Amino acid sequence: MIRQLSVFLENNPGRLAELCRVLGDAEVNMRALMVADTAEYGVVRVICDTPVRAQEVLEGAGFGVSVTEVIAVEVPDRPGGLAHVLELLGEDGLNVEYAYCFVEPSGTGAIDIFRVEDPERASRALDAGGIRVLGAADLYRADA
Amino acid sequence: MFQPELEAMDRERLDELQSERLRETLRRVYLNVPLYRTKFDEAGFDAESVRSLADLRHVPFTVKDDLRSAYPYGMFAVPMRDVVRVHASSGTTGQITVVGYTAGDIERWSDLMARTLASAGATADDIIQVAYGYGLFTGGLGVHYGSERLGATTIPISGGNTRRQIQVMQDFGVTLLAATPSYALLLGETALEMGVDVRDLPLRAGVFGAEPWSENMRVQLEELLGISAIDIYGLSEVLGPGVAAECASKHGLHVNEDHFIIEIVDPETLLPVPDGEYGEVVFTTITKEAIPVIRYRTRDISRIVPGTCTCGRTFRRMERISGRTDDMLIVRGVNVFPSQIEQVLTGIPGVAPHYQVVLTKRGVMDHVEVHVEVGPDFAFDEIKALERLQRHVRGEIASALAISIDVKLVEPKSIQRSEGKAKRVVDLRDEGGA
Repeated sequence: MIRQLSVFLENNPGRLAELCRVLGDAEVNMRALMVADTAEYGVVRVICDTPVRAQEVLEGAGFGVSVTEVIAVEVPDRPGGLAHVLELLGEDGLNVEYAYCFVEPSGTGAIDIFRVEDPERASRALDAGGIRVLGAADLYRADA
Repeated sequence: MFQPELEAMDRERLDELQSERLRETLRRVYLNVPLYRTKFDEAGFDAESVRSLADLRHVPFTVKDDLRSAYPYGMFAVPMRDVVRVHASSGTTGQITVVGYTAGDIERWSDLMARTLASAGATADDIIQVAYGYGLFTGGLGVHYGSERLGATTIPISGGNTRRQIQVMQDFGVTLLAATPSYALLLGETALEMGVDVRDLPLRAGVFGAEPWSENMRVQLEELLGISAIDIYGLSEVLGPGVAAECASKHGLHVNEDHFIIEIVDPETLLPVPDGEYGEVVFTTITKEAIPVIRYRTRDISRIVPGTCTCGRTFRRMERISGRTDDMLIVRGVNVFPSQIEQVLTGIPGVAPHYQVVLTKRGVMDHVEVHVEVGPDFAFDEIKALERLQRHVRGEIASALAISIDVKLVEPKSIQRSEGKAKRVVDLRDEGGA
């Protein structure tokens, strides 16, 4: 399972920069970042190296951080690759709350992050469908 | 009940008793206290004209400044030879106010405090530790006389010397503690530091008052000390402790209405509000001899709890003090007390009880935005959960204040903390800002 940090931010100029600066100064490397926004605030979702340490430094700097478990899969880089993954989840009755993707320079495909209500069950459904579900060690240096 | 024949008296009989005592009191203060004579004359109010309690609304109010200007004995209604004791309260302005008691006043005060302790479940079998300060402050001696009147064993330890308090509580088999709620909390924490778990001691109840406290504080005290915590209310200008107290049902403080008439008035219009609505608490004493007060504005905000109590007492209940008129805001003509917002927030998981109220004008209308901190433990990963929280908070605050408001969720710990009086309100209405 992948530990994603979710950070609550008010919509103020420079606030996202402050978050990145705190992580940068602590030598935490981000692998992916996604911002969900409303008119007044946003939730920043981060996949990074050493998430436990990242959470500590962010909280120490006054950010509200919560840890969310998400699943990550490597999706073949060809038309219909993602559709197949989502179909497996849909057939099992699993609803995707949100998803985003990024490309690993060393890999052959794209990496997709999914937030589902029951990540264990989703992993099993994907496994059974022949999709490789990535572990923490595949994406970052797990520190817990 | 200590005096069931009075505390559970028929409401009709109580009305008669109150109007009779009110008429007598008004007559007496007009004759004996120059300040009241001047006040009544200037307002064109005839002390003899009062027929029923409904006439009370025509009587001029008394305020703290009246007592200050009468310093020290100007408001006494009896000669000094009849005064057997004085107490005083220190004002924030430095000018103290002095109150006096006749032997009869002390008698009645003792009964009222015995009622208060009995309503917390105390009997002659109890051992009561009086950790209120003794001296000019009414708390210590007030509880002391009530405890003796009840026949309980009274420990006049006064405030301070916290470690010795714990020692005494432990060694003397104390069963009831009387203190300010903040001091009770300190006692509990000090006990833990000393390796004493108060919950293992015979202590089973506490009467706490003399400062405002919250339901959360009650839960904290009850858990920390292993007791039932009872809220008691009083102020020296009216009597001292013994004006009102909770019973075991802890749903409002029964006002000793055979001695005090309570009114709740709108702090702006000064007109009485119906039972159940919030406003400023006003007391008229109807048995005090040395220093009766007429329609004394306490600046405390509360309301009458509607309905009757299961305990059998017929005296009406006032809700625990929710704030002071000094903090009141008027928004679109509605009186709003920031403390009401705090009360709502403490009941909602997911938010911290820290908030700021921002007032602006939108056109001609007042607009209220309440900034609320998301709790540090809230799982704020999903926008829809945050939106749900925001709607919930908005609904709860709006229904408590009876006005519509907006809620803005802000980052944990982003609202400035203050060690003294927190700045809860930012009023930008005069600046035309939006």
